[in-house]
Amino acid sequence: MEIFLQQIVNGLVQGSVYALVALGYTMVYGILGLINFAHGEVVMIGAMLALSSLTAMLGWGVPPLLAVLLSMVLAMLGCMVLGYSIERIAYRPLRHAPRLAPLITAIGVSIVLQNLAMMIWGREYHSFPQLIANNTHTVGGAIINDIQIIIFILALAIMAGLMVVVHRTRLGRAMRAVAEDQHAAQLMGVDINRVISITFMLGSAMAAIAGVMVSANYGLAHYYMGFLLGLKAFTAAVLGGIGNLRGAMLGGLLLGLIESLGAGYIGDITGGFLGSNYQDVFAFFVLITVLVFRPSGLLGERIAERA
Amino acid sequence: MRNAPKNLTLWLLFAVLLLLPFITDALLGRGWVRIVDFAMLYIMLALGLNIVVGYAGLLDLGYIAFFAVGAYCYALAGSPHLAQAFPIAFPDGVHLSFWIVLPMAALLAGFFGVLLGAPTLRLRGDYLAIVTLGFGEIIRIFLNNLNAPINLTNGPQGISRIDPVSVANVSLNFTQKIFGIELPSVHLYFYLFLAFTALVVFVSQRLEKSRIGRAWMAIREDEIAASAMGINTRNLRLLAFAMGAMFGGASGALFAGFQGFISPESFSLMESIMVLCMVVLGGMGNIAGVILGGILLAILPEVLRHSVVPMQQALFGKVLVDPESLRMLLFGTALIVMMLYRPAGLLPSRVRRRELDTDEAVERV
Repeated sequence: MEIFLQQIVNGLVQGSVYALVALGYTMVYGILGLINFAHGEVVMIGAMLALSSLTAMLGWGVPPLLAVLLSMVLAMLGCMVLGYSIERIAYRPLRHAPRLAPLITAIGVSIVLQNLAMMIWGREYHSFPQLIANNTHTVGGAIINDIQIIIFILALAIMAGLMVVVHRTRLGRAMRAVAEDQHAAQLMGVDINRVISITFMLGSAMAAIAGVMVSANYGLAHYYMGFLLGLKAFTAAVLGGIGNLRGAMLGGLLLGLIESLGAGYIGDITGGFLGSNYQDVFAFFVLITVLVFRPSGLLGERIAERA
Repeated sequence: MRNAPKNLTLWLLFAVLLLLPFITDALLGRGWVRIVDFAMLYIMLALGLNIVVGYAGLLDLGYIAFFAVGAYCYALAGSPHLAQAFPIAFPDGVHLSFWIVLPMAALLAGFFGVLLGAPTLRLRGDYLAIVTLGFGEIIRIFLNNLNAPINLTNGPQGISRIDPVSVANVSLNFTQKIFGIELPSVHLYFYLFLAFTALVVFVSQRLEKSRIGRAWMAIREDEIAASAMGINTRNLRLLAFAMGAMFGGASGALFAGFQGFISPESFSLMESIMVLCMVVLGGMGNIAGVILGGILLAILPEVLRHSVVPMQQALFGKVLVDPESLRMLLFGTALIVMMLYRPAGLLPSRVRRRELDTDEAVERV
């Protein structure tokens, strides 16, 4: 029972990070019908930027809490610029091209970012400085630490904020309109290029925060961390129903739970044949299962095939 | 005699290819013959992927998994490795002949292709890309971890001492004298790979012109219209997956025999992407283009390795950027630039160019 609770806690924390990244995928997909393959790398760049600026600021004697906040803001700004440029360079010129083309440029962007990061930050794992006393609490036998609590609450707050933006503001209405019908939105006076750029920037800012969260949680950052995280977040988005914001959040949390429970119990279920080193396989099985049995995801509506 | 000039070029090409290992050996050294051998393997892989991506228009990002299946198939059936897992059944491991394993490897890979294709039948292109990518990763994770409790794949260490390929009881791993000409191992493998590449080219060409090939292209252009025309899209998509996978599996078995050692490291996502780059760069759906892409991308890293390091040492006194990441950086940039400015590849196929022409696509919308 204690293991069960512990895995639930871990799953929820990890899942909230997945949810943040999944939102980035789902927003872009909702509006452009395009899988932003490079999104995982944006997460990685966010973590790396935050890490570098944090280390630099701590070196200059900036108080730790301020340094954390400033480096988060820096990482978000950096990623917003990155997200904007990715859309401008790799996706906008191909908006009317066949679907294969932007997908291939997306893979290209992802490779470029990964290798640039490797050149700048090296191949080694960077340890994320521990700044606040990371107290642990015991809840019904499960251990949870301060960082995990902060991650979970912050993630929920950001998601709530995003929902407000999308459903209550003028910008949000424009975003929904573009997602519904680009041409009609344009005819109604919506500047679709601006809306698309802002969508990319919003998603990238959330990706930056998610990157910081992951590396603070594990205490590590690495140039390759974005790839698998991106893939899993995409799985989460598909699980919830891609294009659907609530779906991405639900899918993220669910995937986190499935993964941590799966990794916790796979040894018992298979009689020790498969161990927790198969943790990464779960996401893919979930992905394939969802796509086979309910391609529209848990909360998604049935979408007609787009040519 | 109308075809005389064309035949002449073909014969010339044939002669050059026959002499290629000797020319390379004389000009650049033995190491480069090995590189040419690898280039041939890559061309085979790229031609296999071309069936899936180029003809049928299904973006497969986990293609290297089939290569891995083929390679591990031969590695297990042609090495002492299985003696560890089943000491009683196979005290010396399994040592089947390469020529028996080759069709098995191709069939097994084809089976995996169908296995992957079946759940993805209803998916559109971009979902398919992610699922295939996930599949490639699953295979790699299993290869990495299936060393316990039964040591099947030997985990990250990989399988070594794989039997070399032999043709008519002549092992290709040793220098052989044929008609008084001394042929080192790399030369022998070159001719083996040349024969297989020729076969793959021949099959691809036949497929392209066949009813099946045309049906694939119809599916690529518009799946709904294709099925309205009475094409069985389900079976044909599965067939494309299976065919591509079989080529991948066969080249995997060749790779295992040639290297004598394989490990999961050789089957990473980056390899899948590299093969995809060959297809995209050269020209999707065009055999000559794909071959060109394969040659360029297989030779490029070696050229970089031989030029980048000394150049940086001369300029900065130390190596700032290692050739490996520079290579990937170039690949990534090439993918983007190609899609933006020459989406149909260096040597485009005619149909493909029409399809990828952006202006025309705008008019359609």
